[in-house]
Amino acid sequence: MALKNEDGSITRALLITASLLFLFIMLILPLCIVLYIALRSGWETYKNTVTDFYTLKALQLTLSSTLVAVVVNTLFGLFAAWAITKFSFRGKKFLTTMIDVPFAISPVIAGLIFILTFGRIGWAHEWLDSYNINIVFAVPGIILAVIFVTFPFVARELIPVLNAQGSDEEEAAALMGANGFVIFFRVTLPNIKWALLYGVILCTARAMGEFGAVSVLSGHLRGKTNTLPLHVEILYNEYKYSQAFAVSSILVIMAVIILIARNIVEYKGKKELGL
Amino acid sequence: MKYLELRNINKSFGEYKASDDASLGIEKGRLIGLLGPSGSGKTTILRMIAGLETPDSGDIIIDGRRVNDVDASKRGIGFVFQNYALFRYMTVFENIAFGLKVQHVKRDAIKKRVGELISLVGLDGLDRRYPHQLSGGQRQRVAFARALAPNPHLLLLDEPFAAIDAKVRQELRKWLRKMIESLQITSIFVTHDQEEAVEVADEIVVINAGRIEQSGSPVEIYKQPATPFVARFIGRSDVIDNAGLLKGFEAAKDFSQAVIRPEFIRVEKSGHLEKYVRSIEEGTVEEVSFRGDCLELKVRVGDALLTANRPLEKDELRAGDRVSVLIRRIYVFDGDAARILENENMKNQAVYI
Repeated sequence: MALKNEDGSITRALLITASLLFLFIMLILPLCIVLYIALRSGWETYKNTVTDFYTLKALQLTLSSTLVAVVVNTLFGLFAAWAITKFSFRGKKFLTTMIDVPFAISPVIAGLIFILTFGRIGWAHEWLDSYNINIVFAVPGIILAVIFVTFPFVARELIPVLNAQGSDEEEAAALMGANGFVIFFRVTLPNIKWALLYGVILCTARAMGEFGAVSVLSGHLRGKTNTLPLHVEILYNEYKYSQAFAVSSILVIMAVIILIARNIVEYKGKKELGL
Repeated sequence: MKYLELRNINKSFGEYKASDDASLGIEKGRLIGLLGPSGSGKTTILRMIAGLETPDSGDIIIDGRRVNDVDASKRGIGFVFQNYALFRYMTVFENIAFGLKVQHVKRDAIKKRVGELISLVGLDGLDRRYPHQLSGGQRQRVAFARALAPNPHLLLLDEPFAAIDAKVRQELRKWLRKMIESLQITSIFVTHDQEEAVEVADEIVVINAGRIEQSGSPVEIYKQPATPFVARFIGRSDVIDNAGLLKGFEAAKDFSQAVIRPEFIRVEKSGHLEKYVRSIEEGTVEEVSFRGDCLELKVRVGDALLTANRPLEKDELRAGDRVSVLIRRIYVFDGDAARILENENMKNQAVYI
C-alpha cells in the first residue's frame, strides 16, 4: 500500500535513503574493504594465503564441524518441533523456552560451560580421560560448541509451520492404517520441507561463522583445532592484514552462496504455497 | 441390536468436560446427525468413536465388540475431517489411493477401486489435480472418496459442510445424503447447523455441554423437545417468563419459563381476529424485517418480545401498529423436562392451521 499525500512521499524517500545509507556504511562498505585489503598485496599473496596448509586445514575443520552440527541439529530440530507441536506433555513450555537458550546467552558462556564440564577442572574430565577422550582443546569440543550455538535454528523454523498445519493430515493417515514412518515421510515431511531447508541453511550460515564458543574451546592449535574465523583472528593478531582479509574473503564467499541458496528456497517455498 | 453403542462415556480436557455420561445407540445403516452448539463436545464424541481420543471412562461398542483398546487404524472407520485434511502434496488419485496403498493392496486393484470412487463422486478427469487446484465442493468429494476407499463399516464426518459457501452447501447436502443412502453405510456427521441436521439426518442426537439431551427423528425432536435446551435450540424460539399470564395458558403458572416459536403465533391487525377473542393478546409491532420468503415481526406483548413470521402477500404491518396476537401453543419447562401446552381457550374452536 502506498501513501499518496506529499508528506507520505517525503517520509518514504527519507526512510529509503536512510536504510540504504545504513546498509551501505554498515554492510557493503566493510565487505568491499575486506576484498580490497585481501587483494591489496597482489593476487599472488592472496592465492598463497588461501591455499596455505593451515588455511586449508581450518577450512576443512570449519566445513566438517558445520556438517556435523547441521546434521545433528536437523535431527534434533525435527524431533523437538514434532514433539512440541503434535503432543501435549508436562514441561512442554520449559522445552520450548530451553530451545531459545543459545539465542539468549553469549557464545563465550557456552564455551565456558563446556570447559567447566569437560575441562581439566570439570566433573566429567576424569571419566572421559579414562577412555582417552579429549573434548576441550580438541575437535569434539569445537563440534559441541557449534552444535550448541546453532541448535535453535531448525526447530524455530519448524514449530510455527507445524503449528499452523495442525495434526489433521497425520490423523487422517493414521486412521487409514499408516505407521509413523510412512506418516512422517509421506505426509509430514513434504509439508514442511521448505521450512526445514530454510532452517538448515540458516543453521549452516551460523555454524560456519561461529567464533566465541569455539574460541574458548579450541585452544587455537594451528592445523588442528583452528577454524576459519579463528584463523582470521590469529593472522590479524600477527599483523598479517592482507592474509587475514584473504581468509575472511573465503567466509564472505561462502556466506554469499548461502544467501543465494536461502533466496532460492524462500522463493520456491512461496511459489508452491501461492499456487 | 444396535450397531454402535456408547455407554456412559466421560471425557475431560483439564477443567472442560467434553463428555458427561454420554450414552447413545445407533442402528446399522442409519445416517445420524450430532447436533449441538460449538463447544458442546460433539466433535469429541466423533473423535472418540474413531479412536483419535480415548474416553476417561465408559465403553464404545461397535458391532458387539468393545473397541476402547482397539487402535484407530483397526476399527474400520472412515473419517472426513472438517477441513478435509487432504494430503497437500498428493494428487486426487494418490489421496484416495493412500489408504489402500498402506494396506498393501495390489496395484491393479487400487487403480480399479480409485477409478470407481472417482466416478462415484463425480470427479472424472480430475484425478491428477492437487487439492489446491480444486474447489471447496470438489475437495469435500475427494475427502469423502478417500474415507470410503478402504471399505469402512462406519463413516464419520466432522462438520462436513462448514467450509463450503452457502449455495454449494445446499447441493452437497443432497448429494451426500443420496450417496450415503445408496451405499447403505452407517454414518454419523457432526453439525452446529440445525437446518443441516434436519435436512440430512435420519436421526438427530442433540448434545449440549457434553450431555446427550435427546435423540430421535427430526420431526420428533422438533415436535416433542424433551429438555428445555432442545426446545430453545431447535427452531427459532423466544424464551418468556410469566407465561401463565397469557390467555389460555393459565396452566403455565406452575412453570418457571416457556418457549414460543414463530410458527405458534398468528399476528393480525387489531380487530381482525374477533372470533378468537377469548384467546388473543393485544400487542405492538416493534420491528419488521425482510427475510426473503416472509417478514419477521418482533411484537411486544406485555413484558415479552415475541417473534412471528408473516407471509409477504398479506397486507403490510409497520413498526408501531397495534396488533392482535394469537398464541396457539407453548413449551413449558419443569426442571429438566419440557411439556407442550395448547391454548385452552381454543380447544372448542375450529382447528387453526
